[in-house]
Amino acid sequence: MNAIVVSTLLGVMMMFCSWGIQSQKAQKNIALFGLIILIMANLAQANGWYTFNYDTKGMLAFNVFGLYANTLMFALTFIYVWINGEEISKLSNAAADFYSLIFFILCGVSVLTSFDNLLMLFIGIEILSIPLYILTGADKKNMLSNEAALKYFLMGSFSTGILLLGITLIYGGSGSFHLAPPLIHISTGMVEEQLLVSAGLILIFAAMNFKVSAAPFHFWTPDVYDGAPTVFTSFMATIAKAAGFIAFVKVFNTQYLALGYSWTILLTFVIIATLLVGNIIAVFQRSVKRMLAYSSIAQAGFMLFALYGKSEISNESILLYAVVYSIATIGIFGVLVKMKENSFEAFNGLAKADPLLAFTTTIFLFSLAGIPLTGGFFAKYYMLSNLLKAGAGLWLILVAVVFAAISIYYYFKIIQAMYFTAGEPAIGPMPKNYQYQLLVLAIVLLVLGVLPNLLLNYLYF
Amino acid sequence: MILVSLLFLPILAAILVLFIKNKKLANWTAILFSALTLLLVLQTLGTPIADFDLAWLPNLNSRFVLHADGLSKLLLLLTAISFPAILISTAKNEYKQNNVFLSLLLFTQAGLIGVFLAADALLFYFFWELALIPVYFLCSIWGGEKRVAITFKFFIYTFLGSLFMLAGILFVNAHTTDHSFAIQSFIQASLTQGQQITSFALFFIAFAIKMPIFPLHTWQPDAYEQSPTAVTMVMSAVMVKMGLYGILRWLMPLFPFAFMAHTHFVVALSVIGVLYASFIAIRQDDIKRLIAYSSIAHIGLMNAALFTHTQVAVQGVLIQLFSHGINVVGLWIVADIIEQQTGTRSMQQMGGLAKKQPTLAILLVGFALANIALPLTNSFVGEFLMFNGLFLFNPWMAALAGLSIVLAAIYTLNMVQKVAYGEISEKINTMQTPNKGAQAVLIVLLLLVFVTGVYAQPLFTLTADTLNQLFVK
Repeated sequence: MNAIVVSTLLGVMMMFCSWGIQSQKAQKNIALFGLIILIMANLAQANGWYTFNYDTKGMLAFNVFGLYANTLMFALTFIYVWINGEEISKLSNAAADFYSLIFFILCGVSVLTSFDNLLMLFIGIEILSIPLYILTGADKKNMLSNEAALKYFLMGSFSTGILLLGITLIYGGSGSFHLAPPLIHISTGMVEEQLLVSAGLILIFAAMNFKVSAAPFHFWTPDVYDGAPTVFTSFMATIAKAAGFIAFVKVFNTQYLALGYSWTILLTFVIIATLLVGNIIAVFQRSVKRMLAYSSIAQAGFMLFALYGKSEISNESILLYAVVYSIATIGIFGVLVKMKENSFEAFNGLAKADPLLAFTTTIFLFSLAGIPLTGGFFAKYYMLSNLLKAGAGLWLILVAVVFAAISIYYYFKIIQAMYFTAGEPAIGPMPKNYQYQLLVLAIVLLVLGVLPNLLLNYLYF
Repeated sequence: MILVSLLFLPILAAILVLFIKNKKLANWTAILFSALTLLLVLQTLGTPIADFDLAWLPNLNSRFVLHADGLSKLLLLLTAISFPAILISTAKNEYKQNNVFLSLLLFTQAGLIGVFLAADALLFYFFWELALIPVYFLCSIWGGEKRVAITFKFFIYTFLGSLFMLAGILFVNAHTTDHSFAIQSFIQASLTQGQQITSFALFFIAFAIKMPIFPLHTWQPDAYEQSPTAVTMVMSAVMVKMGLYGILRWLMPLFPFAFMAHTHFVVALSVIGVLYASFIAIRQDDIKRLIAYSSIAHIGLMNAALFTHTQVAVQGVLIQLFSHGINVVGLWIVADIIEQQTGTRSMQQMGGLAKKQPTLAILLVGFALANIALPLTNSFVGEFLMFNGLFLFNPWMAALAGLSIVLAAIYTLNMVQKVAYGEISEKINTMQTPNKGAQAVLIVLLLLVFVTGVYAQPLFTLTADTLNQLFVK
């Protein structure tokens, strides 16, 4: 509860901040300070110190997993703002507005990590999405950005409608919005009611797939990611997406049992389609930004493994994957923001011009590709292990593994450009300070690549 | 403690060298540290060494366990001998960013040592990959003209293979009683026959690509040819042994049923590969490609011998693992000296080395004889035992594989003839006496060839415990 209230208050505060405080730097620092307060408020609740304690009538339920997910998402946002603050300022002279929107998104995130009721899921998704539509169109003078925002808004609203329809059907079938109770009802209920619930769940499934850009609901992703200002693409592809996944897992780790066997077929189809579309199309991209958009679809395919079934490590695996993937993606977009163009050729000769930057970029790419000694390896490892523990066949793991090998191809294209192709990198001015910030991210990935426990141990306190 | 220092000494050296811009100093530091590693390895030989055991990933039940038995020590010794030899003999070669080159080479050494020591499946996988990544950069930055594409092919091949192995590790792990990755639990895992065959296949693909076994060998000759010679030496002397080591350490004890079920299939594949590689070697004009194909043939023969599952053949392989490494490093060093000085790898343009540089020619002939496994050389001991085992397994296979001895004689002696004898060619005429370091290394290696060829008992003693574990249950 603390996080929901505090993030809203901070959002409102940031909104008015641009009146009094003109300095972009001060606005960024205020946002960072706000994020620290938010993290502390959330930690306070995790340690049993409820500042805001309302009876939500079972709409919200706070557990260790949800609160820890909050902390991680806020910490990722902190890293995100810390690295991208200057770029955000460049987009408008009222950057505080953007920070305010980010705080509202975090409010949506905190709802999504704690909902215990389908209505709260709906509200959470909406709070998360609407600021994202605005952020997509933040570059007002750019046609692509406008187009992307409109496209995202239309498609997003449509999928929200489907989500609502699904919730309604479930209510019709079970008489309740709650996450857990309907199961008992369904098993004793009549055929029509079971059908209603099943149909509702499938609709929710489709809508959630849209939100996390899983195939065949992924068509908006490349255009929106490409059109949105790169800084906000970075936010959309990481924190917003991770929150979507946490909500996804929360719904279906309790509900899917109702669908039984057919659910597995449906999910397997979506997983394979997502891996296929993401990986294969990414291979043919000429723009790094679009390649990353498709790679984010491919990564979503891996994250869907967490839904496959409940095992003792499915919570761990989704959190680890979300964090590691987000850090690497924030990092690689942080490099991309500074490039003058988005082509692979822009990276030519970067290793010679700037060895440190090339090294950090390589670590980000290694992590995305899942190479050992980076966090990405354990993220993928946990997902595969979860899959096996949840009872999937070995063949599905082999499919995943083959796609992981394909992903090497497009991630290493950047490495090849940086290290093995001579040329002048098309890179803008890069302050040393900024490089060290990126280096910190790379080091975090390396540490998680040896000791992922540092992140996961807190789940057990 | 000694095991973990063996692992971290090369890492320390790699980091240190990275900051030394002076070429000479960097070279000396690298050589000094690799010599220290060798000393440490020599320390471990006589006595049993306590395992190094540290909690690593408690959630996954994986521990950081290093264990050294005879097999590990043998390969550690090979690694520890080859690295100083390679570093000394190529010290005069010009590389851009010399310090980065050396640093990556030392990281590779650390990865290799880790592979040979890890007694935990996840840790093993970790090092397996770590040994690969520096090599990827080494070959792609410092290699020949077509280096980028060819190295990438090599990388994707091996990476896909190791991902299959990872799936296999996961699969076996799910069937262990205590859900741990320790090798003992893996051995005791309760797998049905079908499951054994599945996991066997997953592991075997990774090892077969690494060795490589026909028909998965296509990456190798190109990669050997395009890599800088120092890296080629590491790859052919030590890295290919990772595959054979994997079979001895993991495949044989873990899946005894599946192993026995596939003996004929794999032996047949290997023998096809041996003959195929030998025939291609005969047609080669490029000296590097010739050695590459000859290496495929030798490794294939070792793999065939392993899969006979006879004690005598496996004993032969244990000797040959070491001997082949020494011989092939010797051959590469000679080839590298010639290439560096004359700028050509085509044997047609060579000739008359014996007249121009008699010492080098004698050394070349020495290693060439070892390559055909002449009695008194180290390979003879190993190959004799291996053929013995192959004969016990299936005389026809032994006969077919035996052809490779004749073929090896043809291509190796052909090479000696073209390079060492005949009129002094234009290119060879430009050659200077090779530097003292390279010569000294070659002489030491050649001494090793004949010493272990005449008196191989230390190697038998060293690997006795591994052999016992594999065959006395």
